Amino acid sequence: MALIEELDYGTPAADAAKTVTLSIDGFPVTVPEGTSIMRAAMEAGVQIPKLCATDMLDAFGSCRLCLVEIEGRNGTPASCTTPVAEGLVVRTQTTRLKQLRRGVMELYISDHPLDCLTCAANGDCELQDMAGAVGLREVRYGFAGENHLDAAKDESNPYFTFDAAKCIVCSRCVRACEEVQGTFALTIEGRGFDSKVSPSAGEAFLDSECVSCGACVQACPTATLMEKSVIEIGQPEHSVVTTCAYCGVGCSFKAEMRGDEVVRMVPYKDGKANHGHSCVKGRFAWGYATHPDRVLTPMLRARITDPWRPVSWDEAIAHVAREFRRIQAEHGKDAIGGITSSRCTNEETYLVQKLVRAGFGNNNVDTCARVCHSPTGYGLKTTFGTSAGTQDFDSVDDADVILVIGANPTDGHPVFASRMKRRLREGAKLVVIDPRRIDLVHTPHIAAEHHLPLRPGTNVAMLTALAHVIVTEGLVNEAFVAERCDAESFAEWRAFVADPANSPEATAAVTGVPAEAVRQAARLYATGGNAAIYYGLGVTEHSQGTTAVMAIANLAMATGNIGRPGVGVNPLRGQNNVQGSCDMGSFPHELPDYRHISDAAARAIFEHEWGVRLDAEPGLRIPNMIDAALDGSFRGLYIQGEDIVQSDPNTHHMVAGLSAMECVVVHDLFLNETANYAHVFLPGSSFLEKDGTFTNAERRIGRVRKVMAPRAGLADWEATQAIARAMGLTMNYAHPGEIMDEIARTTPSFAGVSYARLDELGSVQWPCNDAAPTGTPTMHIERFARGRGQFIITEYVPTEERTGPRFPLLLTTGRILSQYNVGAQTRRTANGAWHAEDRLEIHPHDAEERGVRDGDWVRLASRAGETSLRARITDRVAPGVVYTTFHHPDTQANVVTTEHSDWATNCPEYKVTAVQVSRSNGPSAWQEDYRRHAEASRRVADLAAE
Amino acid sequence: MASSQPRVSDLAWDADRAAAIIAAHAGTEGPLLPALHALQAAFGHIPAEAVPALAHAFNLSRADVHGVVSFYHDFRDHPAGRHVLRLCRAEACQAMGGDGLAARARARLGVGWGETTADGALTLEPVFCLGLCACGPSAMLDGALHGRLDAAALDALLDEVAP
Repeated sequence: MALIEELDYGTPAADAAKTVTLSIDGFPVTVPEGTSIMRAAMEAGVQIPKLCATDMLDAFGSCRLCLVEIEGRNGTPASCTTPVAEGLVVRTQTTRLKQLRRGVMELYISDHPLDCLTCAANGDCELQDMAGAVGLREVRYGFAGENHLDAAKDESNPYFTFDAAKCIVCSRCVRACEEVQGTFALTIEGRGFDSKVSPSAGEAFLDSECVSCGACVQACPTATLMEKSVIEIGQPEHSVVTTCAYCGVGCSFKAEMRGDEVVRMVPYKDGKANHGHSCVKGRFAWGYATHPDRVLTPMLRARITDPWRPVSWDEAIAHVAREFRRIQAEHGKDAIGGITSSRCTNEETYLVQKLVRAGFGNNNVDTCARVCHSPTGYGLKTTFGTSAGTQDFDSVDDADVILVIGANPTDGHPVFASRMKRRLREGAKLVVIDPRRIDLVHTPHIAAEHHLPLRPGTNVAMLTALAHVIVTEGLVNEAFVAERCDAESFAEWRAFVADPANSPEATAAVTGVPAEAVRQAARLYATGGNAAIYYGLGVTEHSQGTTAVMAIANLAMATGNIGRPGVGVNPLRGQNNVQGSCDMGSFPHELPDYRHISDAAARAIFEHEWGVRLDAEPGLRIPNMIDAALDGSFRGLYIQGEDIVQSDPNTHHMVAGLSAMECVVVHDLFLNETANYAHVFLPGSSFLEKDGTFTNAERRIGRVRKVMAPRAGLADWEATQAIARAMGLTMNYAHPGEIMDEIARTTPSFAGVSYARLDELGSVQWPCNDAAPTGTPTMHIERFARGRGQFIITEYVPTEERTGPRFPLLLTTGRILSQYNVGAQTRRTANGAWHAEDRLEIHPHDAEERGVRDGDWVRLASRAGETSLRARITDRVAPGVVYTTFHHPDTQANVVTTEHSDWATNCPEYKVTAVQVSRSNGPSAWQEDYRRHAEASRRVADLAAE
Repeated sequence: MASSQPRVSDLAWDADRAAAIIAAHAGTEGPLLPALHALQAAFGHIPAEAVPALAHAFNLSRADVHGVVSFYHDFRDHPAGRHVLRLCRAEACQAMGGDGLAARARARLGVGWGETTADGALTLEPVFCLGLCACGPSAMLDGALHGRLDAAALDALLDEVAP
């Protein structure tokens, strides 16, 4: 193994079809028109010295090191800013150029510390490399002149330092923040000799607008911006390409290692989802893997009030198998089940559902996708025929109109948001439909054309009103609909949406959005060119979540915005592998590839493969399992990598159900909140400790590669396999690649997938089979997967969750950039520097009415329960709406959320809860009780005392 | 340059006044520089509080605004004295004895470059070329140009504004 060195071509690739041929140092080179001379030279194998140029950024031409001579032209132009032209004769190395470059380097080095041996960038410093490249042997100016060597170091960011003494003011960090990340948090302050990099208005990095994405650190050619982990450990010696385990963007990273210690995670330029960009979580927040809170031994206890007893893997596995079989013998085979995780790999998820279906002999398997994107699966399957988004992320580069509904990409999917923001800066128009003024509505260099701040719970009314405008104003793409969609369902839908009851004027009272704004947004979407819809959990997590997904699909079909780059329906998946966990048959009614369990032909494939008979009846969903636990018919549960106590709605109900079970097995990295109600704890393995694949929001299957041995001894798939074997199932995989081979054998969309194919292509988007051996970036190009697109009537049915005198405000929930979901991982990193607690956002008007000041503790109560947290007063939320995140177990925001759920999929209605807010002194009684129970429940028996 | 600065009592930060000035430039093409000039005319400098307000109003980052403000020496980060004397420090004026004049001015006023006399009467600033190289050493007092300065002429200028 060695460090993967990615070539830096100096300037971005040109995408012109026309090519030109020129001569560089006597060699002919043919490159696309618009390519820089610097890049053309690199293509020809000639590295021109450079400092301010890097291929992640547009050429800048400030360092004056990359000068070349061009026959017939005066002077020595910078090769980064000079485009190629037919027949140019370029020289990169002449006596004059050599002297110029040395002179430039002398000036740089005359104001740079000469501490290379003790410098953190030693071995990875472009300035050092260039001094070598130009043959710098002396600095005629000396080092005594005025300089910046005493400039202060900024160590405020938890993950990197800014050492201004080492800065050469090449502006790469400033440009990376602008061009790559799109935050514009950095600038060059002053001018001339006084020029220096400034975060915001001369602020410390941590206090500035910086979102700590790491693009500047990546861009810095010196030790000025440097990871603290490199300062502490030293330079890495080998690297392994893997896939980030946070959100559904699925960024490709190089894990740069020294031995089995991670030195840093560096975004991989060849990664097709992220193209070399990252966010604060994937780039920096990986320290949880070695956090002391990791539990590294299996543990058992008879009762949830007992302390834990560490045991061997063998004892724990034998106990689980024995208990599960006992429960089945006493209470029937359906009395146990399993939950797969969208945080685990496809292979692990596949194994858990196989364990349940083949080993438990029932279909009681569900997944955390239940609580996020299950409506996406159902809605898009019904309308298009495939339970997945229609595009790749690159598609956004071709979008002219971007409609974001119920998603907050800059916080939830930051790396994709940067792509989207770049396209918006290029001129694409933006429509945001969200109760909250998310950052995209108004952020540096971006402004939404229309923001429709609808009341929570009224998505379907809004989407149908948009359709009404499109149909009644003659904006339907009739040719597309006639050729591609089902005529009968379209005719019915057209008549339905045209009903004046669905007009923006009629629905304004419900949505709270003026009709004219809705009309303008609809016209823009229908007529603005390529229009793409991006949506998230603000669409799905509603009692009408599935209806809203289908309403989105209707809009795309009616306007012909399907089947080519730049358009489509794009669910932004929350978790790294939520797409994959759904694909892998995690739902109680579906085998892998969304084949219904009642489908005898599909069952036969797996019965043949697994050598068992499968139950044809769908099993229990998570809420059904909890209900069944309370009535005594469900008593054992294997939970892999999900914290249902914190993440699922109505915590009281969840806790009561778990407490009623006899054998709850939690398989996780940490003693999470659910483990407080568990009898068996199996230590999990992080994404750094195992091989496998994740499937991101664009159906892209990316490899996860092991960089360290499983810290608890077994990777998750090995533990599941051990349980399966202890329960009598034959399971003998030697490597996750063999599991993928089985998936490919049994699952048509994955038929062409293998680890060899993934190694060869980097990653692949399913369907990947004989018809599409290299995968499918854009779906439904010539026809819909189901044949003809199906329009669905989307009648608006208000949620039963209503405001009234007792609960006059609507609570909606979301997440923030620096924390991730229940926070099990990010809370165990330095990301708390940005978000140490959950806060309740409340409009100044509502706050004043209740005497609440910014930072006050408030009681947040609903019909389901109450909790306390501190308030943040902001007009980002509309009057009548409050908002919070759910990252911290101390807050337990889901104590408040209700049992309401999507009619089709039981996806909980997290986004709408009627609440009251009042001042309080501190945490509620429930929070105190819970904290006491959690503390008691995490006791581990002192082995020496036994 | 205005020939006289606003009165000190007018220079205190006033969020509403600043917001009105900024709002008057919203929607115009390239509003930042004109708005900065207007703010400096009103407050005698660009108050730090104006930076986030400008950024929000014009959809820029604070860094964007700070980069522009700090690039131009004429945008001040605190109010100047009642009068501003700028002495040319560029090569031609140095060759004609500018160094001596500069030392004289600093000694007499008891201030360094960019500083204001204790009584608030005068701010002394360096400037790099007023375009008066043929008449060096030169200076600018409250916007008015003065050439062929010598010690006596400088003293006379200072007597006017900082006796």
